[in-house]
Amino acid sequence: MTKENKGRVIVFILSLFVYLGLTSFTDLQEIITGVIVAIIVSLLVGKFLLSTESKGNAFKRFFYGIAYFFKFLWEMAKANLHVAYLVIHPQVPIKPGIVKIKTNLKDDTALTVLANSITLTPGTLTVDINPAEQELYIHWIDVISTDKEECSREIAGRFEKLLMEVFE
Amino acid sequence: MIDLIGKIFIILGIGFDFFGVLGLVRLPDVYNRLQAATKCVTFGSAGILFGVFLMHGFTNLGFKVLLGIAFIFLTSPVAAHAISRAAHRSDISLTEKTVVDHYQDDKELKEE
Repeated sequence: MTKENKGRVIVFILSLFVYLGLTSFTDLQEIITGVIVAIIVSLLVGKFLLSTESKGNAFKRFFYGIAYFFKFLWEMAKANLHVAYLVIHPQVPIKPGIVKIKTNLKDDTALTVLANSITLTPGTLTVDINPAEQELYIHWIDVISTDKEECSREIAGRFEKLLMEVFE
Repeated sequence: MIDLIGKIFIILGIGFDFFGVLGLVRLPDVYNRLQAATKCVTFGSAGILFGVFLMHGFTNLGFKVLLGIAFIFLTSPVAAHAISRAAHRSDISLTEKTVVDHYQDDKELKEE
């Protein structure tokens, strides 16, 4: 199967699932409408989904993806408690700043996932991204150091290893 | 029992939403406020929706709620990223407490 057709099949399944989830899984009319809509959607946008050929063991990557998801949920819970603490503290003890970090990830999807994960975890928010030099600009609510290496380790280090396994 | 767990999730979600809103009022500038708005409110809303899912199970409503969680997780960081980038590009200054701004330094380098 070519790359484009593969993307179309995935988009078809996903959009059908979303459509049926929003309407009903048991109604025959909705299923027929859903199939038609999903076919149209997958023909229109299916070719944009996959930008690179998949590589490596799919099962292993899936396992790492699940592991990443749970790690992410755990980090996110910690992030929320941290921000809640900062907000209820009477003096609001913040030390904000925008730092630059470097990442080893090259794949577009991996960079997007990393940037979004950074936004949702402890006191950090992705402001801009420079794919050419693999740099991310991060707004940090509690700057510990301004050194590029140390920031990279502190902010991206906890996700990078798992994302490497999933995407590269 | 499952009803009770669902209600606990809803209460936790409301609590986190409360902290998010409190942060929106108390923190000093756009970027810090976005931090509170994305983290606490995403987690809080997801918690409320997950509690509703637990109370209703895999019914029509349950699926809608799960889709809602997925879309919140996908869209809220992207929105925060877009807003903060736009704010920085239109020269909205950071608070005086700011320690460092590498982004501004790099922008000035490019302009020279």
